[in-house]
Amino acid sequence: MTKLGQWLCGLVLLGSAWAVLALAPPGLRLPAPFRQALLPLPVYLLVAFGCYALATVGFRLATFNDCEEAAAELREHIRAARADLARRGLRF
Amino acid sequence: MPAIAERTATNPAHRFRFLPAAPSVSQFRARRLTASCRRGFRVRRRADMAGGGGDKFSVLLPTYNERENLPLVVWLLARTFRDSGKDFEIIIIDDGSPDGTQEIAEQLEKIYGSDKILLRPRASKLGLGTAYIHGMKHATGNFIVIMDADLSHHPKFIPEFIRMQKEGNFDIVSGTRYKGNGGVYGWDLKRKLISRGANFLTQVLLRPGASDLTGSFRLYRKEVLEKLMEKCVSKGYVFQMEMIVRARQLGYTIGEVPISFVDRVYGESKLGGNEIVSFLKGLLTLFATT
Repeated sequence: MTKLGQWLCGLVLLGSAWAVLALAPPGLRLPAPFRQALLPLPVYLLVAFGCYALATVGFRLATFNDCEEAAAELREHIRAARADLARRGLRF
Repeated sequence: MPAIAERTATNPAHRFRFLPAAPSVSQFRARRLTASCRRGFRVRRRADMAGGGGDKFSVLLPTYNERENLPLVVWLLARTFRDSGKDFEIIIIDDGSPDGTQEIAEQLEKIYGSDKILLRPRASKLGLGTAYIHGMKHATGNFIVIMDADLSHHPKFIPEFIRMQKEGNFDIVSGTRYKGNGGVYGWDLKRKLISRGANFLTQVLLRPGASDLTGSFRLYRKEVLEKLMEKCVSKGYVFQMEMIVRARQLGYTIGEVPISFVDRVYGESKLGGNEIVSFLKGLLTLFATT
């Protein structure tokens, strides 16, 4: 199954479970406090996921390593490489 | 091809337990185990090669206008391999650069010998995927290293790739900018944000089991790369992503080594709106088709 298919399956499963509970006929309804929590649940989940995404990306952005030493080391290596290659007769 | 947009490091499998078809790590290993039993002969041959130390590494360097960088990369590669005592060859695939890359490559061939430097130029710019296919035809090593020739990938990491490959007997070892000591140099905040955002999106949508999908610093078993090249159809950044996604589908194992990515010292690196759009298109294509 493609990743798209997996997502659709997951959404259909969750969505239909939610719809069955939310749209049940009056006689079969959940007690009122549960119902009040159930109805806005998809929105809560969406907001929670959005927060999670923002927090994750923000944290990783803040902790993205700046490789200053690697750049300095590379510059050093480039100098050595140029000198050695010139000694071996390379015309740049 | 400097890397652009990327993804992040957590294992997204844990986040989506409710999704039905995500195989757990142990299921994945089990499947891989049966697959390797079926391929008993191949596995034994691999073990022999690993034990005998007779490995040879073919480095594929696709170039386009890399006159400045090419000699420096080759020098660093040659030094790294000689220091670590590994057998190697460097295959330079130049796509008809107008700046004289070809001429400087010929000088390098004279300096290092035609057994170490193989020139396999092509007449015009034909793209990265076909460059690998073209280069691989001439490769005599049992492992292939692919990397950028613009000095953003430092050859010093290759011995770590090799060590990691041995340790886990991996089919692929991928450099990652998003884990451990990995990182980048020369990116501003906006570029980092795009990179991290794109990486997160990729991890959520594809759950690829590797943290750096758009990176192009990797070590492959030759037969694995050949197999993957048959399957992969994308271009540009998406091509690197597709290689990892297909590798997972085919049950290949992937190890990761943190690398520092130093953005182009010479020449300029581009990240335009067009690249972002084509990245998103490619990502969605992989999402819908794999």
